Amino acid sequence: MQSAASLAQKKAVGFEWTEERLKRLLIALVIFWLLLGIVFPLFPLIQRSLQDKNGNFVGAANYERYFSTPALSISLTNSMEVSLSVAGLALVLAFGYAYALTRTRMAWKRYFLLAAMLPLYVPPLAHGIGLVYLFGKKGLITTGFGGAFEALGWQGWDINLYGFNGILLGELLYVFPQAVMILMVAASLADARLYEASESLQASPMRTFLTVTLPSLRYGLVSAAFVTFTLVFTDFGVPKVVGGNYNVLATDIYKQVIGQQNFEMGAAISMLLLIPTVMAFVVDRIVQRRQTAALSARSVPYQPKANPWLDRAAFVYCLSITLLIFTVIATVFLASMVELWPYKLNFSLRHFDFSTVGGGGYGAFWNSIRMSFYTALFGTAITFFSAYLIEKLKTFKPARSFAYFISMIPVALPGMVIGLAYIFFFNPLQWKFGGLVIPNPFSFLYGTMGILVLANIVHFYTVSFMTATTALKQLDREFEAVSESLGVPFYRTFWNVTVPLSLPALLEIAMYYFVNAMVTVSAVVFLYSPRLKLASVAIVNMDDAGDTAAAAAMSVLVILTSVGVRLLYDLATRGISRRAQAWKAR
Amino acid sequence: MRLSRWQVIFSVILVAAFALSACGGAGTAEKATSGEITVYTALEDDQIAVYLPLFEAKYPDIKVNIVRDSTGIVTAKLLAEKDNPQADVVWGLAASSLLVADQQGMLEPYAPAGLDKIRPTFRDSANPPHWVGIDAWFSAVCVNTVELEAKGLPMPESWEDLIDPVYKGHIVMPNPNSSGTGYLTVSAILQLKGEEEGWKYLDALHENIAVYTHSGSKPCKMAGAGETVIGISFDYRAIKQKAEGQPVVAVFPTEGSGWDIEANALVKKANINPAAKTFLDWAISEEIMVKYAESYPVTAAETSVAIPEGYPADPIAQLIENDFNWAAANRESVLTEWLTRYDSKSEPK
Repeated sequence: MQSAASLAQKKAVGFEWTEERLKRLLIALVIFWLLLGIVFPLFPLIQRSLQDKNGNFVGAANYERYFSTPALSISLTNSMEVSLSVAGLALVLAFGYAYALTRTRMAWKRYFLLAAMLPLYVPPLAHGIGLVYLFGKKGLITTGFGGAFEALGWQGWDINLYGFNGILLGELLYVFPQAVMILMVAASLADARLYEASESLQASPMRTFLTVTLPSLRYGLVSAAFVTFTLVFTDFGVPKVVGGNYNVLATDIYKQVIGQQNFEMGAAISMLLLIPTVMAFVVDRIVQRRQTAALSARSVPYQPKANPWLDRAAFVYCLSITLLIFTVIATVFLASMVELWPYKLNFSLRHFDFSTVGGGGYGAFWNSIRMSFYTALFGTAITFFSAYLIEKLKTFKPARSFAYFISMIPVALPGMVIGLAYIFFFNPLQWKFGGLVIPNPFSFLYGTMGILVLANIVHFYTVSFMTATTALKQLDREFEAVSESLGVPFYRTFWNVTVPLSLPALLEIAMYYFVNAMVTVSAVVFLYSPRLKLASVAIVNMDDAGDTAAAAAMSVLVILTSVGVRLLYDLATRGISRRAQAWKAR
Repeated sequence: MRLSRWQVIFSVILVAAFALSACGGAGTAEKATSGEITVYTALEDDQIAVYLPLFEAKYPDIKVNIVRDSTGIVTAKLLAEKDNPQADVVWGLAASSLLVADQQGMLEPYAPAGLDKIRPTFRDSANPPHWVGIDAWFSAVCVNTVELEAKGLPMPESWEDLIDPVYKGHIVMPNPNSSGTGYLTVSAILQLKGEEEGWKYLDALHENIAVYTHSGSKPCKMAGAGETVIGISFDYRAIKQKAEGQPVVAVFPTEGSGWDIEANALVKKANINPAAKTFLDWAISEEIMVKYAESYPVTAAETSVAIPEGYPADPIAQLIENDFNWAAANRESVLTEWLTRYDSKSEPK
């Protein structure tokens, strides 16, 4: 607390170091890091998309060529088609799951929640390997487990994996946990009073569902639709492995940049990739704007009542989805422990000795753990602090809105776009814009752990930021108001009240950063340096080199690490969480 | 000012020491034996594991940082870093990729020691050369013998065999728009048959293709796992998978194979590390050339190593007369034509 005397002293020097100034400075710092991490690196990319191979300005020529080549522009239609299909399906499936978890009294809820989150811990390429071993031409399902069930008249089931079907399945697995998470949060905010009213008016369960449940979830549904659409639209891993000839925008960037070294066209496609995601984002924002009044201070948390038939149906439903998820992951485990798929099926651990294959082996594995740890640590700190300043400080409104807007951009950026943009922005010793030459003070970051961590923080920033903001919104503004009237500086309130109350959200964000950094490939594949090889990149390299079993083995290590960290986290936080969140219980 | 005697002696010693160390410096500039270099390479990991220890044994004070990735990623990384190159040396990258880097002025001409032993077709014709080859790789067809038998298909022997309708849906090939191997094969067919006949052939082949893959090794990998019967890929991949016990054989089409050179180059940058030159000298020395020859049947300098198992007896005869300039000059138009003809189909047949 600043005494009046010290304030007066500062005034005498000619500069008043007030709390207000400190707030403004901090907000400016937040905007600075957001610009540096997100906005500025996009400029060289935009610049590239308007140039030809020799760096001459060509206006929209790259875009024109894109749209006048049907073989290229079909990818835009394909991307839309597959993203909308996945978003629709994922929404229905995840809605059922989230509903079962929050509105019924089925058994094993805890385990079902954990199971639904499992796909988050699986490297995208491992999902591909699992799907190929199950549904590929020699897959277990396709061949009917090698004809084991022929006596029963089941020859196997060929779903024609490579192409639309494969992408659909792979992406469903990839986005399902995220959709469930968002819908669960929305569903847990239900107001029990509405259900009591509905019941006392003798409305049928169906009518209650249509008039109370669905409307109260509409914001969650829109959010989930937005997130799943964007994730699928920008994903690269799944289409690369099982996409076959079904071209999508993300793989087109890969073909242009990696196959033909046509950075300019790659940059142009990256820009196109941004358009639908930005549109989806705008729609989402417009809908969300009305949500503020959804849950008032007088709401009463909803407690589901026992309903044997519904509970049983929910249990069966969740069990079948869980089994599907487990099957794919179990297949990856199997793939890592079989001598030679599908011809020599005896058990073997030889694939866990990475000394004869490339990618960096256990060294890469430890690097990944270190990188994920730093990403979780710094990511959580910077995300939560930024969200706090933007959400809670009642000053400098336009700057805070601006910062909020920038914070939403990363969700629309495919990892590969971030990776490319970071090379163009961080690697040169100076930037050239037109005739202007500016020395680059950040080039020292290139090739270090720092740039990998920064790329990961930015890549997964939006979801973490939204989680932090949601948690902060749940805290009454009165805390700030009271502190202010008592003369307590905001940073003390932040440290003594806000942080402890938000501890569950903070840990959740840290987990999210950690597991994503463990599995991500697209953003770091251009940025990792020879001294810092990574497990997720090693998986891709080993698979490319034909060492699928070793790739599966490394995937198993990554999955076990993430699951292990998650379990530790659960054990450690059960107590903390219960105490910190006790105020929520009825 | 008068110098004391001691001061004079001291100065003399200092000057002498300086001169000596300068001489020593000039001596080591010829062949640096210490330092740290970054090497970008597309050689296979298991090859690097054999090759690199030889260099490290000879030059224990030079630390080599290896960045290994597929040809496409290494090339993209190299070009993207043009304004501030991170690599000192490129080792074993497709010559067609190095040509692109060279066009952008990224390569420093350098004549490594022992250049005279390199076959003239395996190096850049400029003097000193911008790149120097180490080996050749060429297209080969991987056939899964188990699946071939199960489906009752005949063993293909030539490019012509592959358009037989019996193979419909059983062939996988890399997309030339994303894979060097893919372009190698397409350009070989166009050069072998002439453009008109070549495109007719590709039309017919397209009817048999189940799926086009992004990478050149993937088709062979799919064949090895039984995901396809026939995969159009490259030699080393096929031979290696066979050695690992997968039921594949490498078929070298009777008409000949398209090929490319894997080559080394010095990266142009403000301060060229002398250790980079030491590495480039070593990378074509006889000691290592013998090692290359153990996995590649065609190396840039002749060696006495026997042709590795599984390859044709006269591998050089297998290589078509590849006009690299034609392949480079027509790359964009061929790829665009290919894209319009085949890549717009959205679903595999």
